[in-house]
Amino acid sequence: MSIDLKTIKHISKLSRISVDEQRAKKLVGDLNSIFDFIEKLNELKTENVKPLTSIAETTLKLRSDEVQSKNIREQIIKNSPQDNEDYFVVPKVIE
Amino acid sequence: MSEITKQSLTELVESIKNKKLSSSEVTKAFIERSEKSKVLNAFITEDFTSALDKAKKFDQKPNLDLKLPGIPMAVKDLFCTKNVKTTAGSKILNNFVPTYESTVTENIWSEGAILLGKLNCDEFAMGSSNETSFFGNVQNPIDKNLVPGGSSGGSASAVAGQLTPITIGTDTGGSIRQPASFTGTVGLKPTYGSCSRYGIVAFASSLDQAGPMAQNVKDCALLQEVISSFDAKDSTSIDFKRSHYSKDLTNNIKGKKIGIPKEYRVDGMPKEIEDLWQKGIEYVRDCGAEIINISLPHTSYALPTYYIVAPAEASSNLARYDGVKYGYRANGENLIDMYEKTRSEGFGAEVQRRIMIGTYVLSSGYYDAYYLKAQKVRRLIKNDFDEAYKKVDAILTPSTPSSAFKIGEKTNDPVSMYLNDIFTVPVNLAGLPGISIPAGHDAKGYPLGLQIIGKAFDEQNILNIAFAMEEKINFKNKITDWWIK
Repeated sequence: MSIDLKTIKHISKLSRISVDEQRAKKLVGDLNSIFDFIEKLNELKTENVKPLTSIAETTLKLRSDEVQSKNIREQIIKNSPQDNEDYFVVPKVIE
Repeated sequence: MSEITKQSLTELVESIKNKKLSSSEVTKAFIERSEKSKVLNAFITEDFTSALDKAKKFDQKPNLDLKLPGIPMAVKDLFCTKNVKTTAGSKILNNFVPTYESTVTENIWSEGAILLGKLNCDEFAMGSSNETSFFGNVQNPIDKNLVPGGSSGGSASAVAGQLTPITIGTDTGGSIRQPASFTGTVGLKPTYGSCSRYGIVAFASSLDQAGPMAQNVKDCALLQEVISSFDAKDSTSIDFKRSHYSKDLTNNIKGKKIGIPKEYRVDGMPKEIEDLWQKGIEYVRDCGAEIINISLPHTSYALPTYYIVAPAEASSNLARYDGVKYGYRANGENLIDMYEKTRSEGFGAEVQRRIMIGTYVLSSGYYDAYYLKAQKVRRLIKNDFDEAYKKVDAILTPSTPSSAFKIGEKTNDPVSMYLNDIFTVPVNLAGLPGISIPAGHDAKGYPLGLQIIGKAFDEQNILNIAFAMEEKINFKNKITDWWIK
């Protein structure tokens, strides 16, 4: 199995990471060498193996839904890349 | 002053409790040494002024019943610290100031310790040499231009270089144990679920664990005692009876059964690693333990499994960095363009590579072939350990397949970099505790580590074995302070 330039561009779209032509070409090489290495798993027969989805096989505990951090609105807004006192600001989405 | 930074955590706690030293004296000593050690690039953020203030306050009203009374401590910059910038080694979080504290660091401060600053690490803990950090390489105090390992490279460098008496790192595939091995220090990756993941910048949630990095086993046990706790804020935190790891520490390991897995004798392993392992076997035998040969047949599948599971989880966890609510934002023509440029400029090459691997293995048509397959093999790897633990109490292996390498030596070949974690990754996949202790030197005088792997929740047992071995090995780190003019 080999990953071509078209696939890299598709994954980059899915990942929401823009890559230019030069980086995309490098990624073709990198990802192919990594996937060559990963292909080793195909040596194993696993039809009857149950997938391990969680290492700590416990049931989720419930807790009451209470607000613990209060009055931090200002601090949270301060972390936003575009300053505004009340909202998170993004580029215009409706024409 | 320099004599203070040479003391172990246990000695410093004693000195402060006996009033031989004040918290201010200790804090000052570590700050002065850190100021002279900028070349190591161990810190991303220094919090020295605030640390001195806190030390002064502690000295005015010292509570000497605490476990870490007035002890200054720097932590890996992957732990959220309230009101102190937390970057995860990434440009995308370069200006992020958390409004909350991670549970693990909260536990540390509530036992009296004082934050010195935030330590360098590979970007989002993805790396084995600290070379993927946006804030630059970290120097290994052992030798010039030598990597300290990763991803907790700044942490390892700071402990070995005596810029902090002790620290915490995180370990997803070896990020505590490999740098500990490269710097001649002790590093423990606890059982999955032992230390809360709340407030730790997430990499691969089913593998990540925080743990102590120290100069010796006793210090390591003391910090583990402080950081390990059940936490309702982490849904994978496990409520089990935790030992008093430092109080219950003993070098009596008579009759313990130690397994030696034949699959860890990998092709091309340097003779000095093989010799070190043999010496380790002799040491545990001298302590009265019994050596048993075991097999972990799926060992060679662990790394390929890891490089599906970890990137898959990372691609999902890192989807939150979109330039909207916090972190770096690039300008874009529209919303999607802004996302794509932000992530392209904000993430470094290794992080982008892993997000793309993860996205690919989770994408439509490939999920079963890769992700589901890896989860099945992960089960087989865990079963290997379960089988082995029917016969033995712990397992002894080398920590890494080589000693520390030079900066730049492996950056062009991701797979050769990934091979660093060949002995540590299976432990994360199985959720087990593992500790790396310094056990010898290679021909160049660089430290080499041995790893002891335990049963789940059996940290006390591997700490005891490490403690007994430490006494026999009598390791001395060869650090010349070459970076101090």
